[in-house]
Amino acid sequence: MQRFVLIAVPYVWLLALFLVPFVIVFKISLSDIALAIPPYTPTLKDGFATFLAGLDFENFVFLTSDDLYWKAYLSSLQIAVLSTAFTLCVAYPIAYGMARAPEEWRPTLMMLVILPFWTSFLIRVYAWMGILSQEGFLNQFLLWSGLINDPLTILNTNAAVYIGIVYTYLPFMILPIYAALDRLDGSLIEAAEDLGCSRFQAFWLVTIPLSKNGIIAGCFLVFIPALGEFVIPSLLGGSQTLMIGKVLWEEFFNNRDWPVASAVAVILLLILIIPIVLFQRNQQKQAEEEL
Amino acid sequence: MNRLSWFNVTSLTLGFAFLYLPMLILIVYSFNDSKLVTVWAGFSTKWYGELLQNEAFLDAAWVTLKVAVMSSTLATILGTMAAYVLVRGGRFMGRTLFSGMIYAPLVMPEVITGLSLLLLFIGIGLDRGVLTIVLAHTTFSMCFVSVVVSSRLLTFDRSLEEAALDLGCSAFEAFRLVTLPIIAPAVISGWLLAFTLSLDDLVIASFTAGPSATTLPIKIFSAVRLGVSPEINALSTIMIAIVAVGVITASLVTKRNLVRQQQEERAAAQAG
Repeated sequence: MQRFVLIAVPYVWLLALFLVPFVIVFKISLSDIALAIPPYTPTLKDGFATFLAGLDFENFVFLTSDDLYWKAYLSSLQIAVLSTAFTLCVAYPIAYGMARAPEEWRPTLMMLVILPFWTSFLIRVYAWMGILSQEGFLNQFLLWSGLINDPLTILNTNAAVYIGIVYTYLPFMILPIYAALDRLDGSLIEAAEDLGCSRFQAFWLVTIPLSKNGIIAGCFLVFIPALGEFVIPSLLGGSQTLMIGKVLWEEFFNNRDWPVASAVAVILLLILIIPIVLFQRNQQKQAEEEL
Repeated sequence: MNRLSWFNVTSLTLGFAFLYLPMLILIVYSFNDSKLVTVWAGFSTKWYGELLQNEAFLDAAWVTLKVAVMSSTLATILGTMAAYVLVRGGRFMGRTLFSGMIYAPLVMPEVITGLSLLLLFIGIGLDRGVLTIVLAHTTFSMCFVSVVVSSRLLTFDRSLEEAALDLGCSAFEAFRLVTLPIIAPAVISGWLLAFTLSLDDLVIASFTAGPSATTLPIKIFSAVRLGVSPEINALSTIMIAIVAVGVITASLVTKRNLVRQQQEERAAAQAG
């Protein structure tokens, strides 16, 4: 009896507040827009036969016909892939430096990486608005140093979105790479160097392959949330920045077209299933290797 | 071996400068006298004063705090139950679905979670307000709690529980007297994680909040859309300060407990 309650309570909670809502999204993505509140025609009200007859893929056809959506998916993918690569380039040297730092510094360095993760995401994105704007600190600094003569336009462009993603997701990339590098046996690199590798060769042929698992985990941890990102493109991006999270938001709150917003969500989910499954598999493989 | 090369020193310095300079600039300019956020006009704390007069922000902060306390407490209870079921529950019908539902919200884009919950609340005719935000936050943060707690449950020695059962404890007593004290640190950090996730959330709260309840992130977001303001800088500084004090205290306490535990173990080993 106790066991039944223990299982049933969280189970029912998740069914009701996680699974059922998805079924509803899926259902609404297949219904027509109507001007009632809620603004969609219920498709499941009267019997299963009418339900099947009423279903249509109109909203999905609409998504393929309007190239706004295609472009938004493609540009989200592009932004997510590129910013994951940038984050890796920034994170690797930091993780490497941490793994090579004296033993007694490492807990402090770890805490310094984790601390921003606890501070508000919104505030960390907001901090960049003051830095990247036309009269912001970056432009003031560059003008003062004489590197440029006219202020650069960075805020409200895609460049600002890249900076925002790299900045906010950096800890997610540093931590798994650091964990992998920390376990790495230093004598392997010495052996490679003894056997005639240059330092760079030893790094490329020994260190990188041995930290592969950390790199893969970090890339997934950045790529997956970056793809559906909403806050960063809407605060740092411009009107030409197309990201699917932002499109979904505007479709829902501004155009109040719920069926299309739901269809956008369903497709985003389908795109995300591939990296999520790959990520789970990679984590499992890693766990097995450790045993 | 452990001497840092110039390359490592440079990458660490630049890396941590990149992580902390933006927040540092934000904090410094919250004490700026000028309304223009990029021109320094002398030290002043007037924006903090104005913040305390701003009732809209104070109301939102109160709502946010209430939501965070309620949802993180609920999430901790449900998440701990879920973790216990996953690690100790054995086989039961629909176990795969259950573990899938625990892990999926961790990687789900917030816009999708928010949209789906809103459609559910409208579907069942629930008025949007504090209750709906609490339900939404509990659902996604219980999954984080359950991951934290189950990793602790996996590493602890099960024979302790069995010993308690052999010595006549009921299953519930064994949990309360043996299991719970051992997993308590994980439960507490799960609660803290759920609490911060709830404080921080903008997207899901925007979907599930009604006109009767606005949270602080929603308020900040709508203010920030219009541009940088010194008042928001002051608010951000307060929030950063609270988090910094909290995290540093927590890590010092953990470190002290760890040291004490090691000393006790050493003493026990010597005595034995």
